[in-house]
Amino acid sequence: MSATTLEDLSTSTQLEELESVTIRFAGDSGDGMQVTGGQFTSTSAIIGNDISTLPDFPAEIRAPAGSLPGVSGYQLNFSSRDIRTPGDEPQVLVAMNPAALKVNIKDLEPGGILVVNTDEFTDNNLKKAGYAANPLEDGSLSGFRVFKVAITSLTLKALEGASLPFKLQERCKNFYALGLMYWLYDRPMEPTLKWIEDKFSNKPEVAEANRLVLKAGFNYADTTEIFTTHYRVGKAKIKPGKYRNITGNEATAIGFIAAAQLTGRPLFYGSYPITPASDVLHELSKHKNFGVKTFQAEDEIAAIGAAIGASFAGHIGLTGTSGPGVALKSEAIGLAVMTELPLVILDVQRGGPSTGLPTKTEQADLLQAMFGRNSECPVGIVAPATPGECFQMAIEAVRLATKYMAPVFFLSDGYLANGSEPWEIPALESLPEMKVTFRTETEGFLPYLRDEKTLARPWAIPGTPGLEHRIGGIEKQHLTGNVNYEPENHHFMVKLRAEKIQRMAQDIPELEVFGPAEGKVLVLGWGSTYGSITTAVEQLQEQGHSVASAHLRYLNPFPKNLGEVLKRYEKVIIPELNLGQLCMLIRAQFLVDAVSFGQVKGKPFKVSELVKKIKEYL
Amino acid sequence: MSTNGTNGAVKLTRKDFQTDQEVRWCPGCGDYSILAQVQKVMPELGLSKENIVFISGIGCSSRFPYYMNTYGFHTIHGRAPAIATGVKTANPDLQVWVVTGDGDALSIGGNHFIHALRRNVDLKIVLFNNRIYGLTKGQYSPTSEQGKINKSAPMGTIDYPINPLSLAFAAEATFVGRSMDVDPKHLATMVERLAHHKGSGILEVYQNCNIFNDGAFKGFNERDVKDDRMLYLEHGKPLLFGKNKTQGIRLRGASPEIVTIGENGVTVDDVFVHDENAAEPSLSYILGRMQYPEFPVPMGVFRSVTRPTYEEMLAGQIASAVAKKGPGDLAKLLHSGETWEIS
Ligand code: SF4
Repeated sequence: MSATTLEDLSTSTQLEELESVTIRFAGDSGDGMQVTGGQFTSTSAIIGNDISTLPDFPAEIRAPAGSLPGVSGYQLNFSSRDIRTPGDEPQVLVAMNPAALKVNIKDLEPGGILVVNTDEFTDNNLKKAGYAANPLEDGSLSGFRVFKVAITSLTLKALEGASLPFKLQERCKNFYALGLMYWLYDRPMEPTLKWIEDKFSNKPEVAEANRLVLKAGFNYADTTEIFTTHYRVGKAKIKPGKYRNITGNEATAIGFIAAAQLTGRPLFYGSYPITPASDVLHELSKHKNFGVKTFQAEDEIAAIGAAIGASFAGHIGLTGTSGPGVALKSEAIGLAVMTELPLVILDVQRGGPSTGLPTKTEQADLLQAMFGRNSECPVGIVAPATPGECFQMAIEAVRLATKYMAPVFFLSDGYLANGSEPWEIPALESLPEMKVTFRTETEGFLPYLRDEKTLARPWAIPGTPGLEHRIGGIEKQHLTGNVNYEPENHHFMVKLRAEKIQRMAQDIPELEVFGPAEGKVLVLGWGSTYGSITTAVEQLQEQGHSVASAHLRYLNPFPKNLGEVLKRYEKVIIPELNLGQLCMLIRAQFLVDAVSFGQVKGKPFKVSELVKKIKEYL
Repeated sequence: MSTNGTNGAVKLTRKDFQTDQEVRWCPGCGDYSILAQVQKVMPELGLSKENIVFISGIGCSSRFPYYMNTYGFHTIHGRAPAIATGVKTANPDLQVWVVTGDGDALSIGGNHFIHALRRNVDLKIVLFNNRIYGLTKGQYSPTSEQGKINKSAPMGTIDYPINPLSLAFAAEATFVGRSMDVDPKHLATMVERLAHHKGSGILEVYQNCNIFNDGAFKGFNERDVKDDRMLYLEHGKPLLFGKNKTQGIRLRGASPEIVTIGENGVTVDDVFVHDENAAEPSLSYILGRMQYPEFPVPMGVFRSVTRPTYEEMLAGQIASAVAKKGPGDLAKLLHSGETWEIS
């Protein structure tokens, strides 16, 4: 199989150059849309496009086939320029059944391309999707360029004579759709053919069937002329280097492995299964050869408890969960604060409160991370801005936790966790030096004696002769760490613990501004909104507006220069996927009249929504 | 393999295990006796102090670590088994003790108690059972007998109590024992047995809270009645009790009954013979449920079996992962999956 080149193309079709395209694949959760989207993504990345993705899957594991709650989607934006978001509205929608059409059609751009699998538009399926009439026939789709393809029957036809059981044959149809799209956007099939070979190496008949179907879809598009035009999206100017595609959860997991290696201590991960954090547990449990110890606990509390115990014993203690799990861990986080042990709490945020929207994204745990415990209980907080950045921020979380002997929150979210982007693989030499040393010297040892600069107490682990000591949740006497209830001591210790967290600011980079150093509007963000904010601000800058953006990766403490940056703009706007949590902190700490733009719809901001909002202040 | 930190150098004494912290239990509390026996047994174990860790939750008993000159961690209510699991898993060479109470282990921490036992983490759990909440001043606990009048149940407790040992058997604990504060010799032996057990072990200690539940056990453990009302378990020996060991326990189906040797043709051969190593815990479970006044209360080791511990198996998996894939190579990990070059 050779790569598709211009020469191969039928002369009656035209090739058109595009800058960016956003495609959404949608189907039943059993239709393999995540695989289809993932393959399109990898191939696009390999041929040099910049990409950004947004998977969207239902909360139900097996919602009834063909039903609206069972629809699973995967959106990706691929481009010849630098992009940071999966795109607002798709220009192309592949709908594998009526339910997928119903759920997604409202997002498709007017005049956009709609590819439907006509085989699934049966009376029964139309009824399940709540259609009174067949939308393919009633003219309701006239505002789109509709391509009707009998994907299921064409798939079965391509497999005539194949040994695969009928049920499995039908399941290959996502590769047919992928083949169509590969032709439509001028992508080579090789990367996917290779992937199929690796993935199904012990099921050769499945591999063979998927291969046949992928090619059949491609050739069908090539020969039938259903599409009169096909498109090319050129290479993006991407920084030279070696890349891989990575999701936030993968980057998080390997980031913590790397962090532990850099400290020279084994990683201990205590966790209880919870969406959307479980993938980190799965990933870490695969890497035992790094000495990683994963502990699937009986509950969230045991998960953090064991991580604290491991940290006491000298491991890099990490616990991972989502918002509801953090709520359960609160008391134990307080214990880690009181005993001043290094600990990282990974919170892959999701929609809440309570069970909320388990599979959807939100950034509403910031104040929970900041304040969600009894009494004065400060912790460090970091938050990656992109899927790839989860790697670097995992290292940062461990670096700060071990250097300052304190718990540090790592706030990811559902969008970062499952979203992916091409990630430039960092050189090992570029990673920070952060080897930990334990206290072994008995002379002058006191459990709560402090480092002058960081205020960290010594990490003296069990097994060290002569340093036997007791720690616990009861207030500590300064220096000795003995139980102490005196008023002055408590007041002193509360302030000291707060001061210690604030001192982390001396060890974190200053906040950088994207755009003019001063001006009308500063758009301040944190976490996964980075892509949409930066894209929106860039568009406005290109239109000549006086607007800059800045993105916080460190939320407690804030970078040292934040107050000064805020003052340089007439207005500060803070978009967040919550109702104004960072905004509340900024207003309280810096007395600036910052405006909140909060939205909680379970999905990222659209660039257009941000542009509209920011414009109100320009 | 765990060495449990055996040092064998200078012989330590009981004093080496005492701290400078003033012991703050109420005068007369049964906790003193338990502390004394643990401190007495410690030097006998041949371990260095630095390789021993005491971990507790919340409650009167949980002050224990402050009084032991080893490593110690006074954690939060009910969570000691979870934290201890982390400590032991991180460093299997440490000998890890959990000190807990009836409220701590069976109420707020019930889940951790069950799961630490089930995993067979090598933890030595000492459960001080005084059948009351002491630290919070006298509310009923999950082991309080029904009908007990107390601060939070002025008309009597309507909760049915839980039997800690029944729970331990159900959770597949590999060592289950019982002793009491007023029998220091037996207590010391049991602490030693627990210390030498490899795997999840639980020792229930009947402990008198002389302030809020005084005399909770005196119905059977006072000097003048204890021979008739308690039964000391011995491995491989028939279950006999009474001053002259003339009474015994016979099993009728799954129900125990008291028999008198020499009456109605009963001989010692009819009496049930205790096997603490039985693979199947059902018979020990039956013994664990015998309560005064229907039966004498058994003391001793109910069950002691071995199976691989959690931390050993985890270490084994790590070793085999290393053998199979080689020690973790960070560069290789970062470059795994599909990669491409942009020039
Ligand atoms: S309240 Fe009871 S259990 Fe607690 S120290 Fe006093 S006597 Fe002992």
